[in-house]
Amino acid sequence: MTALAWLIPVALFLGLLGLAAFLWSLRSGQFDDLEGAAWRALEDEDEPD
Amino acid sequence: MSVQTAISDARVTTADESRASEERSLSLAIENMHCGGCIRSVEKTLLALRGVFHARANLSAKRVSVRYDPSICDVEDLVEALSRSGFRAAPMDARAETDKVDVDREYLKRVAVSGFAAANIMLLSVSVWSGAGGDMDDTTQSFFHRLSALIALPTVAYAGQPFFQSAFEALRAKRLNMDVPISLAIILATAMSCFQMFTDSEQVYFDAAVTLLFFLLLGRWLDQRLRTRAQGEARNLLSLQSGLATVVTSDGKQKRVSAHALEPGETVLVAAGERVPADGTILSGKSDIDQGLITGESAPVAIAGGDVVYSGTLNLSNPITFQVTAADDMTLLAEISELMSKAEQGRAAYRRLADRAARIYAPAVHILGAATFAGWLAFGADWEVALTHAIAVLIITCPCALALAVPAVQVAAASRLFRSGIILKAADALERLADADWVVFDKTGTLTLGRPVLLNADGISENHLAAAASLAVASSHPYAKTVVQAARSRLGSVGMIEGVEEVAGEGLKRETANGEERLGSPRWCGVKEKSSASLWYRAPTGEKTAFRFSEALRPEARETVQQLKHLGFGPTLLSGDREQAVKSMADKAGIEDWHGPVNPAEKIADLKRRSREHKILMVGDGLNDAPALAEAHVSMSPATAADITQRAADFVFQGEKLGSVTEAIGIASKAKTLALQNFGIALTYNTICVPLAMAGYVTPLVAALAMSTSSILVTANAVRLSGFHVGVRK
Repeated sequence: MTALAWLIPVALFLGLLGLAAFLWSLRSGQFDDLEGAAWRALEDEDEPD
Repeated sequence: MSVQTAISDARVTTADESRASEERSLSLAIENMHCGGCIRSVEKTLLALRGVFHARANLSAKRVSVRYDPSICDVEDLVEALSRSGFRAAPMDARAETDKVDVDREYLKRVAVSGFAAANIMLLSVSVWSGAGGDMDDTTQSFFHRLSALIALPTVAYAGQPFFQSAFEALRAKRLNMDVPISLAIILATAMSCFQMFTDSEQVYFDAAVTLLFFLLLGRWLDQRLRTRAQGEARNLLSLQSGLATVVTSDGKQKRVSAHALEPGETVLVAAGERVPADGTILSGKSDIDQGLITGESAPVAIAGGDVVYSGTLNLSNPITFQVTAADDMTLLAEISELMSKAEQGRAAYRRLADRAARIYAPAVHILGAATFAGWLAFGADWEVALTHAIAVLIITCPCALALAVPAVQVAAASRLFRSGIILKAADALERLADADWVVFDKTGTLTLGRPVLLNADGISENHLAAAASLAVASSHPYAKTVVQAARSRLGSVGMIEGVEEVAGEGLKRETANGEERLGSPRWCGVKEKSSASLWYRAPTGEKTAFRFSEALRPEARETVQQLKHLGFGPTLLSGDREQAVKSMADKAGIEDWHGPVNPAEKIADLKRRSREHKILMVGDGLNDAPALAEAHVSMSPATAADITQRAADFVFQGEKLGSVTEAIGIASKAKTLALQNFGIALTYNTICVPLAMAGYVTPLVAALAMSTSSILVTANAVRLSGFHVGVRK
C-alpha cells in the first residue's frame, strides 16, 4: 500500500500536466484553425523570406 | 488576437496619418481561400506590403488577421493588394464582431477539465470497487473517497456553471428547461456524496456526477461550435457585401474609402464594371446600369445625369460620378434587409427538435425523480436510500440523446455540407430543410447561370464575329462579353482596336476608313426588331448580322428537377421575367408549374398561399428574391447571388451545379433520420433503465455508466453521416 502514497500523486500530477498542456495550447490558439494547420504541415518553410 | 481596434474608422484620416508609427490589428474576411496554397499567397501578399508586421490566415474561418502600421498603409491598400493576387477580401465590420469564438473556447476548457476529472475519479473508483471485496482497508477507501471529492468539487463548481446559470435563469423566469434536472442531478449527487463521505458510507457518487458533466459538456460544445461556424460564415458574407468606393474630393483628388464610411453629399466615381456603393443621383456621365439586383431583370437600363442609382447595382459601360443621397444603413439595400430581418423574426419562432423534445421531457424527469423519492419514503425506506434512488433516476434520464446526439448529428451534417461547397448559415436550418416538401425556384441566376449564351454562333460569318468581338472587348455589358467569349472559342484570340466609343443605352461604335461600324441594339444599327435578346453588328459596308442570346441552364438543372419531381417536391418556377422567357426556360428544365412575370410582392403572396399546405424551400439569387427567401420555411442561394440575398438565405452553395439543392436536401433528411434514430435509442434505453432505477436496482454509478454507454452509442450513430453519399436516396 505504501506504493500508493507516491503513485497516486504521480498519476494526478501527470494528468494535471496533460490538462495544463491542453489548456495552454488552446489559449495559444492552436485549435483556432484545424483545417489550416493540416495544410501548413505540407508547406515547405525553408525558402528565405 | 484583439480586433477591437478593427475598423469602425475604416477611413484613414489625415489625423491618423500624422501620428507616429502605431500598430493596429484587423481581421479581413477572404472569400475565396480554399487550400494551403491560398493561405500562403494571402500571407505573402500582405507581408510584402510596407507597413504590415504580421499576417496570419485562418482557413476554417476564412479570415486573415493583420497587424499593420496605419500611418504607412491603410485598409484599402491591404484589400487592393489581395485583390491583385486574386482574393476578394473585406475588413470585418467591427460592429458585428462578437465574442462567439471565446464562448466556444470556454466550453472546450470546461470539457477538458471535466474530462481530466472524470478520468482520474474513475481511476480511484475502479480501485475502490475492485478492492472492496479484497484487501483494501477502510482507511484507504475513505482516503480515496476524500481524494475524489477533492477533484470533483472544484470541477463541478467550474465546469457545471453553464448548466447552473441556465437553470437559475429558467427558474427565475418560472420556467423549466433541461438544465434544471441536469443541475439538480449533479448538485444532489455531489452533495449526497459529500454527506456519505463524512458518514464513512461505502458509496460515493462523485464519478457519476463528473462523468455526466463531461458528456453533457461535450454535446454543448459541439452545438456551440456549429453555431459559431454558421454565424462566422454569415458575418463574412456581411463584410464582403460592402466593398470600396472612390470618393472625389472638392479639390478634385480621388480617394478610396470603405463603402461603410460614405456620407450623404459626397461625390463618388464609379468605374465601368464596378458596383454602385450607395444610393445617389447622377452628376455626370452616361452609362448602362444592371439593376438585376433590384429588379431581377437582366437587361441593363440606360441612365444619364439627374437619374437615380441604387446601391448594389452594377455600372456596365462608362464611368459615372454621382452624389450620395443615402449611404450605409440608409440605402435601399439596407431598407430591404431591414424588411427581411422582420420576415425572419417570424421564422425564429421555429423551435428546434431538441427544444421541443425537452419541453415534454423536463417535467417528466422531475415527476419521475420526485415519485421515486416519495415512493421509497412511503414504503418505509431511509431518506438516504430514497434520495440515492431518486438521484439514480435523474442521472439515468439525463438527456444525453438530446444534449449530445442531436448536436453531433448536426455537426457531422454541416461538415459534410461544407465539403460539398454548401455553407450552412443558420444553425437550425438543417432541421427546417428536412421538413421542406416543396421547392420554388427563381429563374435568372438560379435555374440559369445568369449569363447569356449565343444561340446562333454557327450562323455568323467569321469576319463579322471577329469585327464585332473587337468592338465588344471595350464593354462590360453581358451580351458584349458573350460575343467576345464566342469569338475566343472559335477564332482563338480577339484583337484590340483603338477608337471604340460606347454610347450608353445604345451600343458601341468606331470610325473606320470606310465609314462607321456599330455593335448594339437593333434600333441603333438601323434594324426594325423588338426583341431585347439580340445585338446587331453593322459593318462599315452596311451589312448587318444579328447575335441572338438566350440564358443557359445551370448544369444538372434538368436532372435536379427530375429528382425533385420523383421525390414529390414540386418544383415551381416563379420569375419576374417576361412570360415567354419564363415558359421557355421552364420547358427546358422540365418544370410544368411556372408563373411569370411575378413581382416580389406577388412572389411572397404565392409563397404564403403555398405555405398553408407545404413547407417551402425557396432557391433564389436576386435582390427581388430576398424577401421571398426570408418568407419561405427554408432558403438557399447560389454564391453568385446578390450579397444581400446570401444574407437572407439559410444555405449558400458554391459552384455552378444545381445538384447542390438535392444534395443538401438529401443530407438534411439523412440527418433528421439519424437524429430520430438517436431519440429511438435513447427512448429504448430509458424505458428499460428508468423502471429499474425507480425500483432501486441501479446505483448512481451504474446509472452514470449506462448513461455514458448510451451517449457513446448515439454519437457513433451520428458520425455515420460523414460517409454518407448523396444520390442513393429514393
